[in-house]
Amino acid sequence: MKTILSTSDLSIGYKSGKATVTIAQKLNLNLRAGKLISLIGANGIGKSTLLRTITGIQQPLAGTVFLNGKNINTYKPLALAQNLSLVLTEKLPPSNLTVFELVALGRQPYTNWIGTLTPEDITKVNEALALTQISDLALKKHFEISDGQLQKVLIARALSQDTPLIILDEPTTHLDLLHKVSLFKLLKKLTQETQKCIVFSTHDIDLAIQLSDEMIIMTPDVIVQDEPCNLISNGSFATLFKDEHIVFDAEKGKFIIT
Amino acid sequence: MIPKKRNIILFFILALALLFMFFLDISLGSVTIPFKEVYTSLTGGTASKSTWEYIIINYRLPKAITAVLVGVGLSVSGLLMQTLFRNPLAGPDVLGLSSGAILAVAVVILGAGFLPPFLNTILVSAYGIVLASTLGSISVLLLVLVVAQKLRNTMAILIVGLMFGSFTSAIVGVLTSFSSAEQLQKFTFWSLGSLGNLSWTSICILAVCVGLGLLLSAGSIKPLNALLLGENYAKSMGLNYKRARLIIIFATSILAGSITAFAGPIAFIGLAVPHIAKLTFQTSNHVVLYWSTFFYGGIIMLFCDIASQLPSLETTLPINAITSLIGAPVVVYLLLKKRNFQ
Repeated sequence: MKTILSTSDLSIGYKSGKATVTIAQKLNLNLRAGKLISLIGANGIGKSTLLRTITGIQQPLAGTVFLNGKNINTYKPLALAQNLSLVLTEKLPPSNLTVFELVALGRQPYTNWIGTLTPEDITKVNEALALTQISDLALKKHFEISDGQLQKVLIARALSQDTPLIILDEPTTHLDLLHKVSLFKLLKKLTQETQKCIVFSTHDIDLAIQLSDEMIIMTPDVIVQDEPCNLISNGSFATLFKDEHIVFDAEKGKFIIT
Repeated sequence: MIPKKRNIILFFILALALLFMFFLDISLGSVTIPFKEVYTSLTGGTASKSTWEYIIINYRLPKAITAVLVGVGLSVSGLLMQTLFRNPLAGPDVLGLSSGAILAVAVVILGAGFLPPFLNTILVSAYGIVLASTLGSISVLLLVLVVAQKLRNTMAILIVGLMFGSFTSAIVGVLTSFSSAEQLQKFTFWSLGSLGNLSWTSICILAVCVGLGLLLSAGSIKPLNALLLGENYAKSMGLNYKRARLIIIFATSILAGSITAFAGPIAFIGLAVPHIAKLTFQTSNHVVLYWSTFFYGGIIMLFCDIASQLPSLETTLPINAITSLIGAPVVVYLLLKKRNFQ
């Protein structure tokens, strides 16, 4: 499978005042087409910093992020937007946008100076709506729909941006179990049908183990990327939380409170 | 998709309404001039009374043109501010541009006693106030641009603008206690705004400034649409955020700054008109909003001007009082009517 994004000896962290806080060093991640990859780790471990660095928003402390074989920091904003789309956790500002208009904004990297949609753009938007099964919501205002539906709309927007890589920051946070599962299944379906690489951070580890092709686990000591079954057998999950009351049951593939 | 047919009809009505209000504004006043005569005069013919022609060419026409420029400019700048700051209560005043102009004019009129005599004579001349308020707006514009470069947080710029407004009122308050009744009266009249008294040269300068501001605003339509999803999404869709923000702030500054310089601080138009446009067209698409705000701005400003010089009244009412009288209830009504206030 084709590699879409890779990191070479990447060090991530941030500068706080004069001190430099290093979160991880010598990272060599490899994100390939057609894979659903989940990123897990405890709160405050640096998931956001990692995502910000591999999306080019934040500079790495050392090393390089390669997107389609090219250093991500050399991309112009427009070219980057044609290769990488995001689904963020932040609340949308109030507006009168309909679902269709919101999804159509994903076409901005391709439209002319005033944002006119060509027939091709409209086709792409309709495809994105169909793939996420929200075509019937197209004419609704985005504030009239439920949280679960809105999350699908935001994913459709990323799809219409037509990028080989989509990164989602905690897409299941405000959803109930039913909608979490249906969202994960949707992501899985999208990777298979569109051959995109989809990376998402999540705290729903049990679900992620069952549905991800690969997982990236962040612990204070190490960041590993592997298939879920390998990660279970080599005991990586046991190191995730430093709390004696939370134990990972390798047979059941989930965490148990003792 | 977008109900295009309905929009085209609405725009057609708005354009006709703008034209009608323009003629009505020229026709009505302390002396009522029939529509037909207005039409004849404007199309190069001779009106049946030479006084009418004199009134139209030297008084009513410049005032009507100023009203359109002021209304359109302030309204479009209000639209830009509301989207950029993601705040329905933003308007051109929030950047502190009018405050800058007010401060400069206050210094010229109220603080005249403190200035050296030779400066005093220059500044108190006819162009003194225009010059002062232009300089005031421009200095605040430069200040805002510097702050915008330094502060990454857009909300912080908003707060800086508000603080500057409070600071200005304080200085004006201090200056008033040192000034004579005559100076106070002059300042009060200026601060009530005026669409008349503009020479054709002034109108040309104003038109160039407003035209430039409108062009820059039109160029910002796509970034404004991207900003509907917030700064981070906009960036992820390829928007050069810093540059877009700078252009939007510059466009607002040149619109609001030049208008305040020539017509005084005019309240509520920049705040209320974009909301009226949004309510009529029920959309956030800035292609539609730009033009609807454009037309509504002109229409409503002309309406306010007509209201300020109703035929039955002997005197002309201050334009700023009229815009506030109409604008404030409109905003409250919109707030109450629409729970999802955008």
